Amino acid sequence: MSNNKDIMRAEDFSFTYPGAPAPTLKSINLPIEKNKITALIGPSGCGKSTLLRAFNRIHDLYPGLKYDGKLLLQNQDGTMENILELKSESDLVHLRQRVGMIFQKPTPFPMSIYENVAYGLKLSGVKSKSELDGRVEEALKGAAIWSEVKDRLKDSAMGMSGGQQQRLCIARAVALKPDVLLFDEPTSALDPISTGAIEELVAELKSEVSIAIVTHNMQQASRLSDYTAFMYLGDLIEYNKTKKIFMNPDEKLTEDYITGRFG
Amino acid sequence: MVGRFFKEFSLFSAVLILIILAGIFATLYIYASDSIHQFGWHFLTTDVWEVGEDDEGGVFGGLIPIVGTLLTTLIAMVIAVPIAMGIAVFLTEVAHPMLIKPVSIAIELLAAIPSIIYGMWGLFYFAPIIQHLFGGSGVGLLTAGIVLAIMIVPFMSAITKDAMNVVPGVLKESAYAMGATKFEVIKDVVMPYSKTAIIGSVILALGRALGETMAVAFLIGSIMKFPKHLTDPTTSIPVLLANNFSEAQDLELSSMFYLSLVLFGVSFIIISIAKFYFLGRKR
Amino acid sequence: MKRRLTINKIILALSTLSALIGMGFLFWILGTLMYKGLATMHWDIFTKDLVNGGIRNLLVGQFVMALIATVIAVPLGVMAGIYLREYNSDGKISFVIRNLSDIMMSAPSIVIGVFVYALYVDRVGHFGGWGGIIALAIMMLPIIVSTTDNMLSLVPKELREAGIALGGSKHKIILQIVLKAAKIGLTTGILLSFARIVGETAPLLFTSSNSQFFTLNLNEQFPSLTVSIYNLATYPDQASKDLAWAASFVLTVVVLIINLGGRYLTRNRKK
Repeated sequence: MSNNKDIMRAEDFSFTYPGAPAPTLKSINLPIEKNKITALIGPSGCGKSTLLRAFNRIHDLYPGLKYDGKLLLQNQDGTMENILELKSESDLVHLRQRVGMIFQKPTPFPMSIYENVAYGLKLSGVKSKSELDGRVEEALKGAAIWSEVKDRLKDSAMGMSGGQQQRLCIARAVALKPDVLLFDEPTSALDPISTGAIEELVAELKSEVSIAIVTHNMQQASRLSDYTAFMYLGDLIEYNKTKKIFMNPDEKLTEDYITGRFG
Repeated sequence: MVGRFFKEFSLFSAVLILIILAGIFATLYIYASDSIHQFGWHFLTTDVWEVGEDDEGGVFGGLIPIVGTLLTTLIAMVIAVPIAMGIAVFLTEVAHPMLIKPVSIAIELLAAIPSIIYGMWGLFYFAPIIQHLFGGSGVGLLTAGIVLAIMIVPFMSAITKDAMNVVPGVLKESAYAMGATKFEVIKDVVMPYSKTAIIGSVILALGRALGETMAVAFLIGSIMKFPKHLTDPTTSIPVLLANNFSEAQDLELSSMFYLSLVLFGVSFIIISIAKFYFLGRKR
Repeated sequence: MKRRLTINKIILALSTLSALIGMGFLFWILGTLMYKGLATMHWDIFTKDLVNGGIRNLLVGQFVMALIATVIAVPLGVMAGIYLREYNSDGKISFVIRNLSDIMMSAPSIVIGVFVYALYVDRVGHFGGWGGIIALAIMMLPIIVSTTDNMLSLVPKELREAGIALGGSKHKIILQIVLKAAKIGLTTGILLSFARIVGETAPLLFTSSNSQFFTLNLNEQFPSLTVSIYNLATYPDQASKDLAWAASFVLTVVVLIINLGGRYLTRNRKK
């Protein structure tokens, strides 16, 4: 079954942490649509971050885990490839360049602002100074931070404010022109003003890249996303258009959660 | 009453550290003062060590043992730094979790073996191999340097490992998420992040290597001569002290104290630099 | 891309190799000791003194010196640690002492020997067991200070506050609650530092010097296992070399057992 709307799709996907008696994710079926924002919500421990981290197999840094089912990623020619079948390190490196990730806390590398953004580009083989300059500028503009940092590109990224650092991390990821960007509670460590700036940025980014975002913040999910998936105890309870989920969910559990009756 | 005495006694114990340290500097200086007055700074650049006629006076200069100390330390550092970094990387980033504990314990045990054991093993088992491979008499700069390297590796890798373990996992993950390989994550994220502590551990190990006595005493050859080749025997400050201190008298003894003062002063400065500038002073 | 992965593989292989080199040397040294030690070992070396080709007096001498040094250094070191952590944790003087003590910990041990020579041997006019003891105690003191300081800092503040709330006086709380809470860590630290000084040679060379005979008189030259190993190993005859190997084997076994014992204590606590 080919469905060109989906850039990624989980099919009967299960995931077990090393040494855990039971799977943390149970038979998940979830599409990530192209150029849309999909929000993953649910109480702590529901598995939403675990699922997100499976989409670029960052879990594989730690040995002993177990995947089942399929995680599909759309190739340039429209075919779907099961990323769980990737074995070699080179395939994983390539996958992570196509599926970028932004973490809960800003993670600037211990180098200059410029080097932070250029880092991934250099890794992917861009050598020419002029091309690097161009793409760093483009990425920083794309992350709406260019005007703030253009005069201090050589400064250490560690000296920036939290909100700036997070936008820098987004620029760093955007510079690689990924197909998908995964956001793992990207604003949970930031103040409201920085949060607003990041949300604006995420909304703008979706014209270029497909986005999945894990968030604890219900307003954020409803403001930002086109689709919302509600997860609970490792199961995907409900997936639908965000409006539908927040106005009139099918499941009682979903309604309880978004109305704040638990979680 | 008891409480007050308890507190005073604890203060006394703490101040005792200062007294001992000041006592060491003062005593070494007083006992070295004959030699210091006689030779001044030239002591450090003179390569003669000769007792005068009838065991009176003489000319003493510390250049040969000073050079010997610096050269063995240099050889040891050149060998030890890459190996220690390799072990630290292995234990933090490469090893399977099951292996981390046994390998760390093994490396720690290597640090616990008394230095005299290194010396004996080196003399009877390692020196012949060096002789076979590089010629010479087996004992000399190179042998002493290599065994010294083995001795400081565990110490250096332990501090480096601790520093690397502090690097936030999420920082490493975000480098992986950009498609970095493990080596690139280590080189571009882990190393820069823990840079100061790593430099600190290297300098601290350097301080230890400078003062190491017994292992080097077995292996350096203990003769008062500049080495011309890597495999030539020479001597170092601690070794000269270990072998000749007991028999020395008068001006020679005072010169031995002068050398001790130099060694102690240099170690003190090096270790202070490591502690204060790189490892973060303790609060 | 291929190049990056190749470099990655090479570096990780080199890192594994370094660990193998480290392990290799450990097993090489321990293996040599086992082989030479067991080959040269006879039970009667434990019943004879050095003068008759045994190590009885050396073992006793080495342990007596290390033990008395421990008895001196531990109370002083623990008390100093208590001052640094409990009485004046953020004071300027504590800051200075804490760091100087750390620096002293890495000071060349031969220099401590030279210092004690001037302090003791030169004064009383002869080598003596007390000289060795003073030198070893000076080496041990900063290790104990640092261990105590670190272990006390791990004791939760609430524990002290609870003690004070019950009306305990400060020194009683320190002695009865804080030290008790830090007991295992302190014991480990003491064992590890004992293991370290019992294997020292350089500070003893011209303080206790050495003796071929059995003695418990600390005012005369005192038998030392490590100093004897240094002397015996360089004698030309095979019997001396053999005895040096046997003595080295015994010393290493003792040091490693104390070391592992100390580690075992803390390891159990973490579970």
